[in-house]
Amino acid sequence: MRPILMKGHERPLTFLKYNREGDLLFSCAKDHTPTVWFADNGERLGTYRGHNGAVWCCDVSRDSTRLITGSADQTAKLWNVQTGTQLYTFNFDSPTRSVDFSIGDKLAVITTDPFMELTSAIHVKRIARDPSDQSGESVLTIRGPQGRINRAIWGPLNRTIISAGEDAVIRVWDTETGKLINESDKESGHQKTVTSLAKSADWSNFLTGSLDKSAKLWDARTLTLIKAYVTERPVNAVAMSPLLDHVVLGGGQEASHVTTTDRRAGKFEAKFFHKILQEEIGGVKGHFGPINALAFNPDGRSFSSGGEDGYVRLHHFDPDYFNIKM
Amino acid sequence: MATMVSMADIEAKAMGLGIDLSKVDLDVIRFPPGEDFGIKSDDEDILQEDNLEFESGLGNIIVVDNLPVVAPEKFEKLEGVIRKIYSQICVLKEDAIWMPLNPETQKTLGYCFIEFNTLQEAELAKEKTQGYKLDKSHIFSVNLFDDFDKFMKVPDEWAPPETKPYTPGENLQKWLTDEKARDQFVIRAGNDTEVLWNDPRQLKPELVYRRTFWTESFVQWSPLGTYLATVHRQGAAVWGGATTFNRLMRYAHPQVKLIDFSPGEKYLVTYSSHEPSNPRDTHRVVLNIFDARTGKIMRDFKGSADEFATGGAGGVSGVSWPVFRWGGGKDDKYFARIGKNVVSVYETETFTLIDKKSLKVENVLDFSWSPTDPILALFVPELGGGNQPARVSLVQIPGKEELRQKNLFSVSDCKMYWQSNGDYLAVKVDRYTKTKKSTYTGFELFRIKERDIPIEVLELENKNDKIVAFAWEPKGHRFAVIHGDSPKPDISFYSMRTSHNTGRVSKLITLKGKQANALYWSPSGRFIILAGLKSFNGQLEFYNVDELETMATGEHFMATDIEWDPTGRYVATSVTSVHEMENGFNIWSFNGKLLYRIPRDHFCQFLWRPRPPSFLSVEKEEEIAKNLKKYSKKYEAEDQDVSLLLSEQDREKRRMLQEEWDRWVMQWKQYHEEEKAYRQMLRDGEASDAEEEYEAKEVEVEEVLEVTEEVVSYEFEQSEG
Repeated sequence: MRPILMKGHERPLTFLKYNREGDLLFSCAKDHTPTVWFADNGERLGTYRGHNGAVWCCDVSRDSTRLITGSADQTAKLWNVQTGTQLYTFNFDSPTRSVDFSIGDKLAVITTDPFMELTSAIHVKRIARDPSDQSGESVLTIRGPQGRINRAIWGPLNRTIISAGEDAVIRVWDTETGKLINESDKESGHQKTVTSLAKSADWSNFLTGSLDKSAKLWDARTLTLIKAYVTERPVNAVAMSPLLDHVVLGGGQEASHVTTTDRRAGKFEAKFFHKILQEEIGGVKGHFGPINALAFNPDGRSFSSGGEDGYVRLHHFDPDYFNIKM
Repeated sequence: MATMVSMADIEAKAMGLGIDLSKVDLDVIRFPPGEDFGIKSDDEDILQEDNLEFESGLGNIIVVDNLPVVAPEKFEKLEGVIRKIYSQICVLKEDAIWMPLNPETQKTLGYCFIEFNTLQEAELAKEKTQGYKLDKSHIFSVNLFDDFDKFMKVPDEWAPPETKPYTPGENLQKWLTDEKARDQFVIRAGNDTEVLWNDPRQLKPELVYRRTFWTESFVQWSPLGTYLATVHRQGAAVWGGATTFNRLMRYAHPQVKLIDFSPGEKYLVTYSSHEPSNPRDTHRVVLNIFDARTGKIMRDFKGSADEFATGGAGGVSGVSWPVFRWGGGKDDKYFARIGKNVVSVYETETFTLIDKKSLKVENVLDFSWSPTDPILALFVPELGGGNQPARVSLVQIPGKEELRQKNLFSVSDCKMYWQSNGDYLAVKVDRYTKTKKSTYTGFELFRIKERDIPIEVLELENKNDKIVAFAWEPKGHRFAVIHGDSPKPDISFYSMRTSHNTGRVSKLITLKGKQANALYWSPSGRFIILAGLKSFNGQLEFYNVDELETMATGEHFMATDIEWDPTGRYVATSVTSVHEMENGFNIWSFNGKLLYRIPRDHFCQFLWRPRPPSFLSVEKEEEIAKNLKKYSKKYEAEDQDVSLLLSEQDREKRRMLQEEWDRWVMQWKQYHEEEKAYRQMLRDGEASDAEEEYEAKEVEVEEVLEVTEEVVSYEFEQSEG
């Protein structure tokens, strides 16, 4: 498996996202321009210029027409995927960390960081079909959890929002009332900051990665812990194969420690685990910084990883991969 | 408020307060006296039995008895005399002396109280004036005021001490009778100390005993493996037992820092050093030697750190551990320490110096015992600018006769290496070259067991090679040397025997350019690990010295420590918390197969439990080695059974997991189906819910980028001739 190296960002990668068809790959980095690539050959298609800070997260609508991005410049922006024009800017009083379109793309959940006196918050915005009708009003605002919320996604049927962040607790909120419905308990939950959250293709389960060096698989409806995957380094990014029973975890030593040790010590591999047996299958090496972002192509035949080193590595699996026997 | 608090609670709370628990050193937290915040200390029982000293505030007062009884007119004169005596010890306060009067006669009562500034002064005064003769009939009897309570409590009649009924002790060597003949080891990670079985068949360790906060600094096995010693503020303790670990004995020694067992584990030496509180005091060290079984102090040594600093004239401050080195094999008969120009050898029958005299050796720098016999090897450096040569001598104890001596010239340093049976002694000698600018190294090899102890000189082929490491084969007659320059030194193996000529050392092989800086022989000999630790990142080479071939190479990235199990069957390599990353340990088979890996954060210690020497005679051992096939049959069959069972269990486990997972998937599919209509509605009736309906069409687009025409001209090259 020879990866395609995609060098377009000047700063560490933060997030990767494929569109539904799996032909486009969107990447966000700490430089200010989200970029779109051909997912097949890694050719750069274009950039989205307009943000004035690190871009933390993005999501693309089901029909691949709209892109939403959240940035440290205290805005979230809607873009026309095809032309790269800005359609709307949501302004906040603190950096936005995570964005996610609902089923049907009529709503978006946006989280903001704690900043100065402000606590972190989860905002739900209505996304208008016609950008000229777009307003910045929140349908719902949820405050409560201590510390940063690193990721918030929609639960099944848009009835819930699942959030997780620095306080290591995974919370499920009601989207009608904004009330807390469920939260992970201390025994089964994570011990340290939850860094990433990825949902399955059918939205019924999701995977969380944490700095406590583990990743956990949860039922999205009941928040029951199903599986846990233990590694030797902090987990920054997680992804689930839509095709096989594989999960992939990425991470590594904190960036501030990297220069003090050998490349191998950092464990900057993307580690594959068997989803059901919870056993390690193998690893994909290459990055020379921690992996910050992972995404699986919806067809399950390729995946990409984004590192602190500023590269996106696009891997098309060898035929052998599909014959791995456990 | 005395409720149990789980670690998770604590972490959550800490997170709430913005404290990073991993950065808090729990050991430095001290509660205010008398307050435990509802947290029960698990070494409560140790604390309770500690003699708590309450400050009565009167600790610095002494009572001087046996003074003359005087009339009021002589009162002042007596007070003057007393003041004069005690002023010699330290400066007294104006009203320090109080001499009570008999209210009827107005005469003194024959005693007085004197107050000092500190307890130390009071103790000193007591020591110095105890028995002081004022005149024939008045001899001072001095006591600390606080001691009076103690004296009052002494019962008038002697009561015989209670004799406890005999209770049979546990079999402390039960672990040796393990059916699977496994070995134990102890690890420390974070605050947890765990004793585990090494179960190579199951490819994982099995927990024997775990305890949090078992020790305050480190743990140590006794040399025969009977006890596990822990170290606490109040002293050391040893633990052991048939099935679990109970406390067997405690050895009170406040602030104990280091401990050391005698080789036969009869005695335990504890050491503490006390930093001076003010610059005038000296740095004091205290050493106690306990009988390990009874806990009785056999002998204590106190003094300033300088007295115990070894290294003689070198002037290196600090105490090199162990201060007392035990000699004479496992009988624990003698122990010795080095001092300035002396080596003091004690014997354990009386705990006094042999012949009541230390061994006088001018400028002695280093000494070592033969591991099996009461023979001391001494090293004395060059004196008088080379006029008097350096020498290494062997001294027989208790007779103190010199068995052999070797003079050495232009020596810069010497190191002594004994072979484990005491058969050979290798002395590594660093000599100055003629210019005195650099040094080169040679070896002096003593054959202790042969008549007249012949000495042989061995020099490496390249005399200027730096010696990185040296190691004798345990119980064998070979040794290995790493020599040459980093990063690719060479490794040579030598034998003290050869097939034709037994009295000569011969080279077996030199391995060129190995990434190694440490040598670890198997305890049973024959196999050796050539290890590249630290800067070599944990390179391992498993080498068979009989066949002179590499069995396997491996790597335990960042490995800091390597230890063979006492049988030589398995090897543990570990990364201790000197590094932040990769902490944990790996277990390998002797031939270099990685068996299992256990990562543990904050991993600090790995120690195999030693085994006592085998009771089998040499002949019996040889017989077993010869007929190994016969004996190993049983174990091979067992191995077979276990591996069958394991694969069976594994299959079962996988089946269970798969079934569980299938149940979840079923459930999800069902929900997904149920919610289909609603989801379509959310998507404005877009029907394509499932990805199956999406099909990929391949469209070929041909784009003409550029068309250029070019005339290509041919040039015929003509070669000359």
